[in-house]
Amino acid sequence: MSAILAVCEQRDGTLRKVSHEVVTGAHRLGGTVEAILCAAGSVAGADQLGKFGADKVVTLTNAGFAKYNPEGAAQAIAERVKAGGYTAVVFTASATGKDLAPRVAAKLGVGLVADCTDIAAEGGTIVATRPVYAGKALLKIKVATKPAVLSLRPNVFTPVERPKPGTAETVAVNVAAARVVVREIKAAEAGALDVAEAQIVISGGRGLKEPANFKVLEELARAFGGQAAVGASRAVVDAGWRAHADQVGQTGKTVSPTLYIAVGISGAIQHLAGMRTSKVIVAINKDKDAPIFKVADYGVVGDLFEVVPRLTEEIKKLHG
Amino acid sequence: MNIAVCIKRVPDSETRVKIASNGKSLDEAGVKFVLNPYDEFAVEEALQRKEKAGAGEVAVFCLGPAAAQETIRTALAMGADRGVLLQTDAVPVDGFVTAQALAAELKSGGWDLILFGKMAIDDYNQQVGPMVAELLGLPCVTAVAHLDIDGQKGVAEREIEGGIEVVEFPVPAVITADKGLNEPRYPALKGIMAAKKKPLELKPVQLGAGAIEVVALTPPPERKEGKIVGEGPGAVAELVRLLREEAKVL
Repeated sequence: MSAILAVCEQRDGTLRKVSHEVVTGAHRLGGTVEAILCAAGSVAGADQLGKFGADKVVTLTNAGFAKYNPEGAAQAIAERVKAGGYTAVVFTASATGKDLAPRVAAKLGVGLVADCTDIAAEGGTIVATRPVYAGKALLKIKVATKPAVLSLRPNVFTPVERPKPGTAETVAVNVAAARVVVREIKAAEAGALDVAEAQIVISGGRGLKEPANFKVLEELARAFGGQAAVGASRAVVDAGWRAHADQVGQTGKTVSPTLYIAVGISGAIQHLAGMRTSKVIVAINKDKDAPIFKVADYGVVGDLFEVVPRLTEEIKKLHG
Repeated sequence: MNIAVCIKRVPDSETRVKIASNGKSLDEAGVKFVLNPYDEFAVEEALQRKEKAGAGEVAVFCLGPAAAQETIRTALAMGADRGVLLQTDAVPVDGFVTAQALAAELKSGGWDLILFGKMAIDDYNQQVGPMVAELLGLPCVTAVAHLDIDGQKGVAEREIEGGIEVVEFPVPAVITADKGLNEPRYPALKGIMAAKKKPLELKPVQLGAGAIEVVALTPPPERKEGKIVGEGPGAVAELVRLLREEAKVL
């Protein structure tokens, strides 16, 4: 029976929720799932991983793992993989996973299959699907590397509860002195969500007319009670209205939220590429012929400065 | 300061993707190829660092087909000093194979910095930079949006969910560039003319097969036809009803 290693994430000693997705995704490959964490001590929430089907939760501890330690984590995970005979190692394609997974893959001497939206074991072979050209096409690949090293796109592998009486263990590990050291994390505005991880993304484009007007989108985001992030089109990021981190599209982030609301965005092909895998798309635009309406499930034609505040009121009523 | 920049030739972001008749790759007919946008930040960073140091060399390395010479010329026109094309028929699907070829080429260069874009906008593999670092035993920071280097010590900032990670590292190092690191310059006519005379070395490479095989390249599933709910703020109540009752996302 094959064993899959699911590399989970913690920050400040608390499990990151995306870990539930990693364990859920790892299950699709069959076999037993061992969830692994690198931390300085015990991780709050790690005991929840059994609920999502982890047969075993292993915390690799080292005093140097309080903050993300790319070199130490890569070494500890690669050594565990080499010793354990896993058929696959599954990461999340979060900011940290994108940094860590290639390091581990290189230490194992294999390629990484990054940012998968589907993975399966078909007749003993691991098959993965991943968006390329920012989602304008899907690449299906057969992964014959030993082990297979995969990372999963956040928000795609909806966590499934399948409780197991999983076991937990803590293993102290030694790693080489770190050269690359995370000195501090400057927190973004309190409660700000990343567009790549938010369940709801509200993006604005040139139709907002000027940077200050993004406050109408921020108010709508707040009405969703902390589940929504504000994104932006390339045009307004290039104009310096919004931070690069908020850009959705081929040269920004590819997002798959439950609900994507495009406001004053015409829908350039490179933007559509970045959000077309959203579960439900709403477009609000004054031009009824805007290409965004071609991919939107629901469209409202009209002046966003009238439509969005009304929507904010309605959402407040629901959450009030 | 001697800096190597690894670049890639990719289809322009406005490309409409058509699948080739083999069902496994992009139909390149009529496709405009460009220097990968994230690599522009890497090239620009290298040029600024060299200018600031007042001495050194910026060399660009590209693994790709003969046509990628044009991509290298773009970087030379921006101001890089010389280029090397590791010539191959096709760029491997397996990022580790690419990393091995680049690492072998860069190994004996004595580089102060090796720069990459954080990813290529075609295959989204996002792995070759850190893999080259591993193969060369160099420290690496990925997706860097702000970079300070003072002597042998560097400080980089990279975006993570809900914040910015401030990372310290020693030089020499491998850095991958994110958008925001700088504003890439456009090649001026003078630069374009000068680029034609700059050295561009062609080195055929034999690549391993790798263990990652393409089964199929397919268009994404079509989204089902949507509907216009209505016009103006009067349509909002119906929109919210549909989101709740039909789409069930509220």
